[in-house]
Amino acid sequence: MPVIRVQDKVLQMHSGDVLEAVCTDPGALNDIPAWSRINGHEVLETRSEDDLYYVVVRIGDG
Amino acid sequence: MSKQRKAVALISGGLDSLLAVRVMQEQGIYVEGINFFTGFCVEGHTHAIRKKDRNKPKRNNALWCAEQLGIKLHILDIIEEYKQVLFNPRYGYGANLNPCLDCKIFMVKKAKEWMEAHDFDLIITGEVIGQRPMSQRKDTMPVVQRDSGVTDRLLRPLCARNLPETLPEREGWVKRDGLYDFSGRTRKPQMALAKKFGFEDYAQPAGGCCFLTDKQYAVKLTDLWQSRGAREYELDDIMLLKVGRHIRPAPNYKLIVAREEGEGKFLQGYKRQYPQLRVISHGGPLTLVDGKLSADDLQLAARIVARYCQGKMEPEVEMEYIDTSGHVQPMKVVPLGPMDVKPEWML
Repeated sequence: MPVIRVQDKVLQMHSGDVLEAVCTDPGALNDIPAWSRINGHEVLETRSEDDLYYVVVRIGDG
Repeated sequence: MSKQRKAVALISGGLDSLLAVRVMQEQGIYVEGINFFTGFCVEGHTHAIRKKDRNKPKRNNALWCAEQLGIKLHILDIIEEYKQVLFNPRYGYGANLNPCLDCKIFMVKKAKEWMEAHDFDLIITGEVIGQRPMSQRKDTMPVVQRDSGVTDRLLRPLCARNLPETLPEREGWVKRDGLYDFSGRTRKPQMALAKKFGFEDYAQPAGGCCFLTDKQYAVKLTDLWQSRGAREYELDDIMLLKVGRHIRPAPNYKLIVAREEGEGKFLQGYKRQYPQLRVISHGGPLTLVDGKLSADDLQLAARIVARYCQGKMEPEVEMEYIDTSGHVQPMKVVPLGPMDVKPEWML
């Protein structure tokens, strides 16, 4: 589940860092932004290309 | 000034947990949510979206609920730990392979650990007495409290007035008359409360949140264990059971046939783990092969897959068998007739 991977990765990062998640699950385009919003992170970009789904997140202070 | 009390809520993504949290928020309790990912969750399954499901919101409802409530949500990966719950449920299974009571005990126990580690005060759930046949009965609800060790720090806001007072009520952290007395399988009180709180869009309150309650899924999982001679699984195994048509023509192998494009794309992601059968001469489903095939097995497997392609009525169909290293073996086969696919092969 992509959002769990993102959640675990963010724990190792710092405020202001940028994370790009590359996913095969189309649900990631909804789930990662939703998770980011409720946890105080900023979604910079979402896009899909060739059956892959990209979400770019800037880590917040939370 | 009294201390701000903090609750951790078990969030499934359904209406009940949504309401339970809002009831607590109305009483001034600070709430954060926990959602458990067992691998069997219906909520987490957005990989292989079928056409019939495309009108449904492609979202994880636990996250969606958290956003509606304005709370943080922590998604906990419990895939490995959950195996012991599934393999050895003290209180047995429900109608299928669902160990609901043990599952609830396990999740509340994990929530208790989280509560203690993060200095929270209580746990809340959206449980309602009589709503589920195993884990939400008046006689089993105290079992959850006892076996999880949480005792009276577990509060069920939607049915609390049908249960003995809990610590948060006795201590005055929450007012008992601000809690509810829902019971039974009717959903009307929840829907009325949702309306009162202004929730118009929420996950439909029907069906389970876990594939283990699904009869067909349980059949496939049982077959997986039988074929391996042991009750074991990895995440990919149980994800694949959610997708495609599963056909076992012989004990030594199984075919996973995509039913449509979304599933085909999903199965394509397993090309380095499982050999594939592809139809070349006609449109047809991507198929994974789970098991070792003899030459005769391969012929039969290819003929079965050809049965599901657009050339199923043709005298011959061209196919490819692609092993996990990418080596391609061209094949020409006669599709099986409609009566030749034996019902007992279908899982």
